[in-house]
Amino acid sequence: MIANLPFVAVALLIGIAFAMILLKYNMIKMIMGLGILEGAVNLFLVALGYRESGIAPIFTNSPANGSAMVMPTVQALTLTNIVIGVATMALMLVFVMLVYKKYGTVDANEMRRLRE
Amino acid sequence: MNVDFLTASLPALLITVPLFGAFLTPVCGRFLPNARDAWVILTSIVSSAIAVLLAVQVYAKGTIVYVFGAAPGLGTIPADSGGMPIRILFHIDGFGVFMLISAAIVSFAGILYLTVSQSRRSSRSEFYALYLLLVAGIFGMVSTDDLFNFFVFLEINSLAASALTAYHRNGGLAIEGALKYLIINTVGGLMILFAIGLLYAKYNSLNMAVIASQLSLTTLNLLALILLIAGLATKAGVVPFHFATPDAYSVAPSGVTTLMIVASQAGLYGLFRIIFSVYGSMFTPAAVGWIVIILGVLSMFIGVTMAIPQKDIKRLLSYHAVSQTGYMLLGVGTALAIFDDTTLINTFGRMAMEGGLFHIINHALYKGLLFLAVGAVIYRTGVWNLNQMGGLGHKMKWTMIFFLIGTLAIAGIPPFNGFASKLMIYESTFAFNPAIAVIAMVVSILTLASFMKVFHSVFMGPELPEYANVREVPKRMLAGMAILAVFVIAFGFVPDLTVNILIAPAADALLHQEQYILCVLGGG
Amino acid sequence: MIGTLTTGFGVWNPLIWLCGIAASLFLSWLIWQCGESDYEGDTEQTAPYLSGNAEPEKGAVHIRAGNMYWGFTAALKPYYERLIPLHSGIVNDYVSWFLIGAVILFVVVILG
Repeated sequence: MIANLPFVAVALLIGIAFAMILLKYNMIKMIMGLGILEGAVNLFLVALGYRESGIAPIFTNSPANGSAMVMPTVQALTLTNIVIGVATMALMLVFVMLVYKKYGTVDANEMRRLRE
Repeated sequence: MNVDFLTASLPALLITVPLFGAFLTPVCGRFLPNARDAWVILTSIVSSAIAVLLAVQVYAKGTIVYVFGAAPGLGTIPADSGGMPIRILFHIDGFGVFMLISAAIVSFAGILYLTVSQSRRSSRSEFYALYLLLVAGIFGMVSTDDLFNFFVFLEINSLAASALTAYHRNGGLAIEGALKYLIINTVGGLMILFAIGLLYAKYNSLNMAVIASQLSLTTLNLLALILLIAGLATKAGVVPFHFATPDAYSVAPSGVTTLMIVASQAGLYGLFRIIFSVYGSMFTPAAVGWIVIILGVLSMFIGVTMAIPQKDIKRLLSYHAVSQTGYMLLGVGTALAIFDDTTLINTFGRMAMEGGLFHIINHALYKGLLFLAVGAVIYRTGVWNLNQMGGLGHKMKWTMIFFLIGTLAIAGIPPFNGFASKLMIYESTFAFNPAIAVIAMVVSILTLASFMKVFHSVFMGPELPEYANVREVPKRMLAGMAILAVFVIAFGFVPDLTVNILIAPAADALLHQEQYILCVLGGG
Repeated sequence: MIGTLTTGFGVWNPLIWLCGIAASLFLSWLIWQCGESDYEGDTEQTAPYLSGNAEPEKGAVHIRAGNMYWGFTAALKPYYERLIPLHSGIVNDYVSWFLIGAVILFVVVILG
């Protein structure tokens, strides 16, 4: 049961994130929701990589008896996704800032000149 | 640095050249501003040439599997890895090169056009850098064999596309469109990553061929499939995931929209790749096939009916892009619905699939041409609203001719390329289900009707006094349109050669999942 | 033969089609040639006849895009009244459509 806790947290975070994205009409809060969604996916990836009593794949730590070490794939994926997430988040915030300059609002209900 | 080594490294150069060119463009713009346009066009020519060379290689020798970071001849699976490919693989087969060719043609035509149409704008170096990044993203998406790598290229694609969309602020409208596009695509992208995590948890590999060879049918795998379909359909702009697509297409600079069509088709590539090559023969595909068909029919019909009342010319074209995506889904979905029945596949399934795939490249060409021609009109008049246009055919004869070619092609009028692919889709879907074929034809008629309106209200009629000073656009913009128009006509005149050379290998690559797995795991 | 696309149910050859079009254009040109040539440019003959009224200014006779297909959209009004509000322009709605779509797909695949 305790091993499944991270996945419960992932499910909760995804729920919170989608609730924020769907219910908050303030663009900044919506983007915060996207940030939480991204955090949830990152947590999911890292949680997948956990192996009971695994050995980190660092050369100097390599076990003398030749037993296997854990592949660090998901950690690499998470790092990459964090970087991508920063870029996405920054670009979105810049867009919101520029829209605010032009429209004078960050409300999604009023940010709808493109429609129909 | 001999020729053999260069030839063997083409898949790596495919990504390296546009990335290298992209990051050097601001440097070039800073120190040699006069040489910048030449530099960008040169980079685009070289990367397109690499894509075409790869295509020639694949058609001559078969699928290329390129292992990043391995000495040549070492094979895809390292000896001590326990039968898992650990390095990142590029797996370029018939379907991949088919998409590469369409991206190569369109990106080159787009950059020729943009170097002129952007000449009055500021911070052009960054603009071209983003354009080349978008090209790199598309090239990467259609050639990688690694799911996470695919996700990274997808994100490069979305980020570059939305940044380019926001370039002409246009009173904040462009930024609004870009913001919506980015939010929707980020949600879609994160769902794709979640699905990749689900698959990795089960099979400990990110390689599509490895996953395909071990896949079993569990609820979690189906959940992953659905998340992948939804995320990639968002990228491709399929109803009901299409809402941000017209918003972004209609406000992006026209040359960029041309490339964004191909960028969204790279999402379509991912969709078909996942369904056929990864999930392939694992389950009775009728349910998924019908899902794809219904998504296609919805896209076709809602896209075209939303296009008819539009007043903004680019928004109208954008809804037609949604509508045309439906034809591709319809063709390929028909083949998917009868995937497990070899007799039916041979009677009409293969034809449906070839029609759907043929429509991908046709759409990239003629919709690109239409966007470029409309962009030329906006470049000279500065007007988006159809109600204010008229009589421009007197002043912009070449633009009018190119627009007419695009119009006839998209409406499926012979002898242009749209007719050939639509004919293949109609006849094969009629054998599958006549009602669907009838809907497809009705949509085609509505498309023609809607383009009659555009052509009449923009180019026909007497010369209007407010457009007395309008002139033809510069030659290089016309050259960009001419390249696309030549291919539209050529593909229309020799449809059999196009189908045999370009489309049949792509259809084979999708229909034979075992080949896909064998290329990576077998013999290697 | 070059250009022949066999679709499994029919055949399509754009080159033959082009020859056909060229032949029919030539035929129509021949028929047109047989006609009597009484057209004279720059005379009253070329002016449009509007029941004797003066011809309006050029800009006023162009049929603008907004006037085309009015009947089509008016006839399909119930359909459009439902469809157009869906494209509301609010991002939250777009994301909820994404979720609705994904959930429907999932239910269909699990049941199917």
